Parts: sequence; C-alpha cells; structure tokens
Amino acid sequence: MADTGFLPKEKLKDFLEALSKDAVVYAPALEGDIVLFKEYSQGKDLYLDRPANLGPKSIIYPQCETLLSFDFKKNDPEDPKKVDIELKTESNFANTVVFGCRPCDAKGLVIYDKVFIDTDTADPYYKERRDKTTIISFACEAPFAGCFCTAVGGGPADTTGSDVLMTDVGDGFFFEALTEKGKAVLKSVPMQDGASYKEKAQKIKSEAEKKIRNPFPKDATEKLSQKLFDSDEFWEKVVSKCISCGACTYLCPTCYCFNITDEKTKDKGERIRTWDACMFNHFTLETSGHNPRPSKLKRFRNRVGHKFLYYPEKYNGVIACCGCGRCIRYCPASVDISEIVGYLKDPKQK
Amino acid sequence: MSTEKLKEIILKVLPDVDTVIGWQEGFDKIHITPFFMKSPEDAEKAVWNSLCVQNLAAYLPSLKKKTAVIVKGCDSRTIVQYMQEGLIDRSNVVIIGIPCTGVVSVKKVLKAVDYQPIEDVKFSDEKIIIKTSKGEKTLAIADVCPDKCKTCQYPTPIVYDHLAGDPIESTKPAESVYEDIKEFEKKSLEERRDYFKNEFDKCIRCYACRNACPMCVCQDSCIAETRDPHWITQKLSSEEKMMFHMIHAVHLAGRCVECGECERVCPMDIPVAKLKKKINSEMKELFDYVPGVNPEDKPPMYTFNVEEAKIKEHKL
Repeated sequence: MADTGFLPKEKLKDFLEALSKDAVVYAPALEGDIVLFKEYSQGKDLYLDRPANLGPKSIIYPQCETLLSFDFKKNDPEDPKKVDIELKTESNFANTVVFGCRPCDAKGLVIYDKVFIDTDTADPYYKERRDKTTIISFACEAPFAGCFCTAVGGGPADTTGSDVLMTDVGDGFFFEALTEKGKAVLKSVPMQDGASYKEKAQKIKSEAEKKIRNPFPKDATEKLSQKLFDSDEFWEKVVSKCISCGACTYLCPTCYCFNITDEKTKDKGERIRTWDACMFNHFTLETSGHNPRPSKLKRFRNRVGHKFLYYPEKYNGVIACCGCGRCIRYCPASVDISEIVGYLKDPKQK
Repeated sequence: MSTEKLKEIILKVLPDVDTVIGWQEGFDKIHITPFFMKSPEDAEKAVWNSLCVQNLAAYLPSLKKKTAVIVKGCDSRTIVQYMQEGLIDRSNVVIIGIPCTGVVSVKKVLKAVDYQPIEDVKFSDEKIIIKTSKGEKTLAIADVCPDKCKTCQYPTPIVYDHLAGDPIESTKPAESVYEDIKEFEKKSLEERRDYFKNEFDKCIRCYACRNACPMCVCQDSCIAETRDPHWITQKLSSEEKMMFHMIHAVHLAGRCVECGECERVCPMDIPVAKLKKKINSEMKELFDYVPGVNPEDKPPMYTFNVEEAKIKEHKL
C-alpha cells in the first residue's frame, strides 16, 4: 500500500507530526480572521475550512530572497583605492512539505516551473525549493466566492502540480499519491489502506466539479477578441475602478514577476529578489523617464494579456490563471478578471 | 432613500458631466462595485444600499473631465479636504449626496456566515438577511457595520449639489469618536509594540491601503518605493513594513478623513487605520482641528503659528 491511504480525522495531527520529523511542514492556520500558511508545530491548530488568503507560493517563491551578499574589502594598505569584492551565496532550504493547499495553488506552481525550471538556464534558487518540497493538496468540496477553476482548465480536485491529493470523505481523509515524492510521503507514515474509499472520494470530487461556476459565455471562443483587447474604450469601461494596487498580483498563485535590487549599507549589502506587480506605475518605468504603460488601463490590459494571451502563446496554450478567485475576492474595488475575460471571449463582442 | 430617487438625480446630472461615479452589483450579491456611468442605460443599473461602502470620492483627483460622484456623509469629508488642499477643481465636480444611516462591513458579514459563498442578500428594517447554501442568517446592520459607523458624526454629506433624501442628524456623541484609541492606549508600551509588530508582520506590501487612501496624494511617487532617497528597502522585514506604515500615518496627520478605506481594502486584515486615528486624535487635541469638515479651514500642517496655544516649547 503506497498509492492510496486513509486517515480518520482525529489522526490528522499525528500525520503532520510524523511528517515534521523529516521536513519542515507548512499548513494553513487561522491568524486573526485570515488564513495563512504557517510552519506546523506540535499541537498547533489547523484550519482547512477555506483556502488561505495567501497561498503557499511564498514558501517556494519567497516574496523576498537574498540571491547573494557582497562585501567590499580593502585588503591592500599600500593602495586604499584597491577594493576586493567578496561574494557569497547561501542555501539552507530544508526538505519541506506544503500541506493542505488547494489544487489551484498547486497548479500555480506548474505555471512557475515552465518559467523558472523548464528553460536552458533553470533558476537555481527556485529549483532547489521546488525540488525539496512535497505538495499535499486538499480537494475542494464546493467553490468559494469568485472561484472559476474549471473554466481555465483546472478543477476542484485537479492533480496538476500536487504530489498527493487529499479528499474529505466524511469520517476521515482519503489520500492519493500522484508522484514518486507523494508515494514516499505516504509510505513514511503509517496509514490505513484507502482502496475502499476511492469510489466515495471520486463521487465527492465529481459533485464538486459540477458546482463551479463558468463565468464565460456559453458560446465563448477559446481565443480572445484581439479587436476588443486593443480597444482603449473597452479597458476604460472595465477597469476605471481599479485602484492600481498590488493585491491581485501578490495574492495570485500564478503571478511571478519580480524585481532585483541591491540593498547596501556602507561597504556591504545584499542583492535581493522581491515580488513586483505589473499594476504598479514603477513596474515599467524606464531610466529615461519614459513609461510604456503609463496608465492603469494599459497595466491592467497587460495583466490580462500576460495570463490569457502571451503566456499561452509561449507555453503551448497553457493559461496562466488557475481560477482561484483571490484577485476577485480581495480586490479593493471588486474588479472581476473572469468577467473581463468573458467579454473578450464573447464572439458577439465586436 | 430609494434607489429610484438616486437614479432620477443621476439622469438629471448625466448630460452635464463626462461620468457619474456610483455603484452597481458586483461579482456576487454581497460585493457592490464602483460604476463609472456614461449613459442613461448605465444609470438604470445603479444601486444604492448598505453595501455601498467604497469611498468613491477618492477617484476624483485622477479624473480630468467633469465628473459627478455619489457620496455618503463620511465620503463627503474627502471632498472637503480636497477643497482645503486644492486637489480638485470644485467647479469640475458635481456632488450627489446621500444621507446614510450606516453601511455594512463585508468582512464582518462574511465572518458571521463562516465565509460561505453568498447566494442572496436582502434588506429589511435595518437588518441584512444573508442566504448561503447553509441557510438564511439575519444580522442587524448595527452589529456588522464598519467601526466608523458606530461613532458617525456626519450622516448627511457636508457638501453636495444634489441631496438624495432628507438630511439626518447624528445621534452618536462626539466624545465617542476616539474612545477606541483611548481604550487601546491603556495597554502597556510593550503590549502595543507587540500588537503592531504582529499585525504589520502580515503586510505583503501590496500598497492597497495607500492606493485606496483618498489623501495619499503622492501615489506613484511614494517614498516607499523611491530609490533615491532610499528611505525603505525592498526587504520584507518587520522594520521596513513598520516604517512604511508609520510614514503613511504621519503623512496623514490632520489630513486623514477617517473613511476607513485603508483598513477595508487590506487583504491581510491589518488594522492599519488605528495609527492614523491616533494621530488624528492628537491633532484634535493640539490644534482643535477635525479634517474634512469645513472647506474654509486650513489643515494645521499646511500652515504654522509662531505661538501655538497648546505647544509649550515655543515659549522661549
């Protein structure tokens, strides 16, 4: 038995504790009224009732990470102008388990993989974290406000990007290993055989799938209307209310744009990589002072374009949106990207 | 006040302006979204109810063409402050005021229904009835209103060109406005430090609070992001986050109109308005000044007196 397993609900914490012996385990926890991924420690409460406000992306792709540190050293007393630079990189990422993220969160990581790993020059920082992390996703029984995963090729029990999929079957959780990493995790912890729960889990999963809304018109085309996409009037109509903050991009499991800055005190410092957001004016501001996307309309258009046009063009039609609904749920002005893409997909729109 | 009355006013105003900013239904029944109306057909879709929380006046400084905006009493303080600071051309703005008895905090409603997706919302007698797949729940609006409504002093807009409804007097005592701050100050210094550290640690620097703030006029030139001078690094440490929020608060000294937008929009649920409210309470104490209530006032930080009645160190 390694491909499936079953755990009664009261045994879930024992499972996490067993996993914590060999890895750092992150699990959703309640922080005030919001849900965040926190390092799991013995006895800590879990919170699985709704998706985390901020998914697990920051564990594998941190909002701020040091790429290297530098130190300017004057080693020659005869020549004070001679400066040596000492460079250091450090890597201390431990084996990690992300427990209880949603299938959309895991799917988001696959969008990152194509950019950071599946290239001629893989990003060593991201790759190390990704390789050392096992993802145990929790299938959704029903959608949450704003969710539209099935409309963008995912689903409430989609397995893309997950190593293990866990389904709530009432009196306990049914586990399915999806990868070698997943099998290893299930093997490492004593668990009941899950075979008898497989059918029930399947039923729950397909019921859930039917409940997800499809925001796109019934006769929607795959392609977006280029004419509408190029219309300033259209963007003015749909995003005048946008306040140009970075909430949508930072909470998005598929947004990966970053900034690199040298943060330096007198003679030493660090080169850091931090998340950046295409909704900020500075994002495309050039040193000349010219800004190719000077208005929020242009910036929002790019955000939609990146996810639904440019990324699919580059990566075999894959849409860079997992339909988690966070950008809709937490938008200060309730801008709804699914509504906007719906207009762009509607063949009646000219 | 009925939506019909509001629609009448919108239709009357529309021919004279480029846009009327109001509200319409959002992606679900609990979320109302800003609506930039251009035509009579748009006006038909306009909505007014207790879910119309967002302060629409905040859009005004970024708009060049003549615009009409729908404001509640609290939102009107934003316009008054803009007038004091010369941030809008009053002749370019048409103000449609709505007397308001209190709005609903969507965060509080969602919490009350365990974050279930909302299927329907109805209003009845100062109550909001929420339908989810788990059933119906009736909540008193007073129990789920934003904190600002509990001490509202200005239910009727202070400035307006059209008023949709009859003026309402405030029933809340003026002393109650800063009671929460006084209560918070009873905590020890260490407790307050830990409280803010814990809260600001959640900050993801998305700047929703800054961008939603009607008085954050620096916007794209905010020193939180400038490289020169380099006040704040891009690092994600508590110190950097705290520094940003302190700058935000201090920049709003005697300017914050207490609309609560910063707190409403925070996706991490950080009580970011607390610092600003504290500073406002100091401004009230020192200069007897309340932001955004009198267009003729001058904000204290825009001017100075050689002798200030309540600042002793000037007496050399």
